[in-house]
Amino acid sequence: MIKYRALFRIRFIHTLQYRSAAIAGMVTQFVWGMMEILAFHAFYQTDPTAFPMRFQQTVSYVWMQQAFLSLFMLWFFENEIFESITSGSIAYELARPMDIYHRWFCQSIANRSAKAVLRCLPIFAIAFLLPAPYRLVLPPTITTLFLFILSLLLSLGVVVSVSQLIYISTFYTLSSIGVRVVVGAIGEFLAGGIVPLPFFPQPFRQIAEVLPFAAMQNVPLRIYSGDLQGLDAIRSLLLQIFWLIVLFAFGKWWLKKALKRVVVQGG
Amino acid sequence: MVYWHYFCIHLKSQLQYKVSFIFTALGQFLGSLTAFLGIWFMFTRFHQVNGFRFEEVLLCFATVLLSYSMAECFGRGFDLFPQMISNGEFDRALVRPRSLIFQVLASKMEFSRIGRLLQAVLVFFYVIPRSGVNWHLGTIVTLCLMIICGSIFFSLLFLVYAAISFFTIQGLEFMNIFTDGAREFGRYPFSIYGKQVLRILTYVVPMAWFQYYPFLYLIGQRTNPLWIASPLVCLVFAVPAIWFWRVGLKNYVSTGS
Repeated sequence: MIKYRALFRIRFIHTLQYRSAAIAGMVTQFVWGMMEILAFHAFYQTDPTAFPMRFQQTVSYVWMQQAFLSLFMLWFFENEIFESITSGSIAYELARPMDIYHRWFCQSIANRSAKAVLRCLPIFAIAFLLPAPYRLVLPPTITTLFLFILSLLLSLGVVVSVSQLIYISTFYTLSSIGVRVVVGAIGEFLAGGIVPLPFFPQPFRQIAEVLPFAAMQNVPLRIYSGDLQGLDAIRSLLLQIFWLIVLFAFGKWWLKKALKRVVVQGG
Repeated sequence: MVYWHYFCIHLKSQLQYKVSFIFTALGQFLGSLTAFLGIWFMFTRFHQVNGFRFEEVLLCFATVLLSYSMAECFGRGFDLFPQMISNGEFDRALVRPRSLIFQVLASKMEFSRIGRLLQAVLVFFYVIPRSGVNWHLGTIVTLCLMIICGSIFFSLLFLVYAAISFFTIQGLEFMNIFTDGAREFGRYPFSIYGKQVLRILTYVVPMAWFQYYPFLYLIGQRTNPLWIASPLVCLVFAVPAIWFWRVGLKNYVSTGS
């Protein structure tokens, strides 16, 4: 456990160094969030009765999504890992007394959370101070906040477990670009990255709700905004735990199988 | 002529890696497909936004997507310009007897953008007969001008992006607000984002001139035939963009190696 904690710290501090990149990124995300909200606002004004959430909930959804973007983005990968697999330097890593699945997992989580820490605070600072309809508001109860944090962590776990599968697939395909683009584009959409799931028309919504992608940003963002409450929220949390366990276990099993095929040629 | 040679070389070299080419194009296609699905889902629920119908909005979506992918295909050199500066490649360009903008343009072309382009063309095929636009010479010319001026406008934005790196060496992510942002948010007529945003996009970063204003003429909300020429207004942006590039060039200090 100590070695993973050290690894986490190294990675976390490493990413914290890129502060100017974070500021530039933050401005972009802020404008992005605002434009997104203005578009939803136009639809809301056109027909408030057809709006599946309260407008305030959508606003909170969008701001929290921007604030924690780096935890959720499916198209973000650790290039180092791909390189180590394609170049063969993975052999060194295998020689270390560390489980490689856990190592990657730890590295990804550290990087993503350092990015999120840098970016979320300034976005909060602005989004909480905006004028009324566009403002980010706190959830109604402490319990909601607690459930939100819990499901935020779970969704980070699910996102990372899915990217692990893509790293592992590189052992077979060597170039992961195909899998990456498909999972990146489709997964982002099904996770509610472009339009929140409640806006999906009926058959699509039902299908999307049970897929593992729905266990990503969809759940924490909707719990925070108050769209998922009570039993629904608990059920979604359980579904997240289920997917996390399944994906994690499958990833570990698959990696073990993939590593059996690896032949290290000296040199 | 030299550009044509470059064109062929880039095309040949990129087709050497067929699988990677196809997958990158597929990724582009899927990326804009999800944007399209997003619009579709919103319209199955709301049917219209600020009085614009689905087919009308798609006209905006396809125009912006097509111009953007054209600009990205041919103006990709500017996108990669920060690298060109930091690895010293630009110093080599400076000593060659050709215009610099030409050399940067020719340094890279990205044909995998065809994925996005294809999507835009498909949407046009779907939408042109269904949009309710009265197609006559005026409207056809307007649409063509929208696409051409849009492509030039996005290329100018890439030029500004490149010019910034004269000062900062690395590219700045905030320029994405205007490039990627315009692509993402240009899927709806710019007026839906409210008066303030429309004002900025009319007078500061004049992209409403190739999307919103000629679009109103297309769907018949404006009738004065002068609006046919409105996309040309956004070309005024060339003046500050090229001026900025020149200033940057004057200030340029090589990074060394």
